[in-house]
Amino acid sequence: MFYKLTPTTGQPLYLQLMQQVRHAAETGALRDGDQLPGIRTLAEELVVSPNTVAKAYCELEHEGLLELRQGLGAFVCVKRRTRSLENDVNLARRRIRDLIEQLREDGLLDAEIRRAFEAELLYAAEAVRKR
Amino acid sequence: MTNEAVILTQGLTKSYGNREAVRALNLSVGRNRITAFLGRNGAGKSTTIKVLLGMVRATAGGGTVLGKQITDKKANLDTRRRVAYVAEDKPLYGYMTVEQTISFARSFYSDWRTNVERQLLRDYELPTRQKIKQLSKGMRTKLALLLAFARRPELLILDEPSDGLDPVGIENLLQTLVAQSADGVTVFFSSHQIAEVERVADHVCILEKGGLVVDAPLDELRQSYRRIDLVFPFPAPEREFRISGVERIRTSGHQMSVLASRNAEALVERAHCLNAVSVEVAPVGLREIFLETVKEN
Repeated sequence: MFYKLTPTTGQPLYLQLMQQVRHAAETGALRDGDQLPGIRTLAEELVVSPNTVAKAYCELEHEGLLELRQGLGAFVCVKRRTRSLENDVNLARRRIRDLIEQLREDGLLDAEIRRAFEAELLYAAEAVRKR
Repeated sequence: MTNEAVILTQGLTKSYGNREAVRALNLSVGRNRITAFLGRNGAGKSTTIKVLLGMVRATAGGGTVLGKQITDKKANLDTRRRVAYVAEDKPLYGYMTVEQTISFARSFYSDWRTNVERQLLRDYELPTRQKIKQLSKGMRTKLALLLAFARRPELLILDEPSDGLDPVGIENLLQTLVAQSADGVTVFFSSHQIAEVERVADHVCILEKGGLVVDAPLDELRQSYRRIDLVFPFPAPEREFRISGVERIRTSGHQMSVLASRNAEALVERAHCLNAVSVEVAPVGLREIFLETVKEN
């Protein structure tokens, strides 16, 4: 698996890592029982603080997507629920595609659409966090 | 991860004549974390580090490093054995060769790791037989780093460790820092390489004119700092946006740009209420946070 963390997106690196592991499990790139690299190995590979990797693994364990086995490492456990997300994601993409098509017909430029999406996502993320 | 502080100062002050290089500094560095110490040239970073290590005496205030008072001479010796330090000017004996320098340093420390020494010697491609005075700046830095990394300290203090290194050298250095941190070493380092700091640091302290202007986990800065660009159908109502968390406002006619360290959500709400025709929210990188906070002062 390859992970790519971007320090300047305004989102904590551990959250980015969590999302990418989750995404990999949803798309089947990571399968049930697969082992993730050790904290030290992944931290060195990504050149991020080991605390970033540790926090992501720990939170993913809480979510039930990872199982941390003492001294052995982190293993993926994909339940049926995770699998069904694959369909949800595909469905969401189709809806977004339709929406973008419509906005283009309304005369909006791609750059404007992108900015609007980003502003709404940031706004939504902040509103959710405050709750 | 514990929250115990390995470095803790209260009202630490160091004056040179009338000039206060460090001004009533309250610094707290957490164990098992990578903490970056940023600031402009002359902000007081190196002086702070030297006072912490007992190399320079504080004018007022005090503190502890690894639980020992920094003003206590005897305790200081013990501290120096548990701390590895790379100085800003990388002082080394010019007449010694690289090889001699390494074996000289090795003889002083019981925590020396010969396997790490060999590994770094290969990674850094240091010319073992060359005299120190013939080394380039980057090579000197690499040798100074090797002398610190070959030990197994509890705390690693680095003053400008990337000085003179090329991009490959910097990447190498950061990987070593990460590996040290994974081994349980607490890292405290000063740097001007903000893009690099932004990747590896857990916590950021920004020093300006001898005092801290930012002291926060990097994730917190990432999540709370926002730039909000607004356009109104009338001249921008700047006064309406002077609420807590707003660090800076720039206005130009109907346009307004707000830098917020928190409360971004409330600002967006307010903009919508005031009929803004365009509201754009963007994250703010560490470089911008740094420039804005040191410019302000």
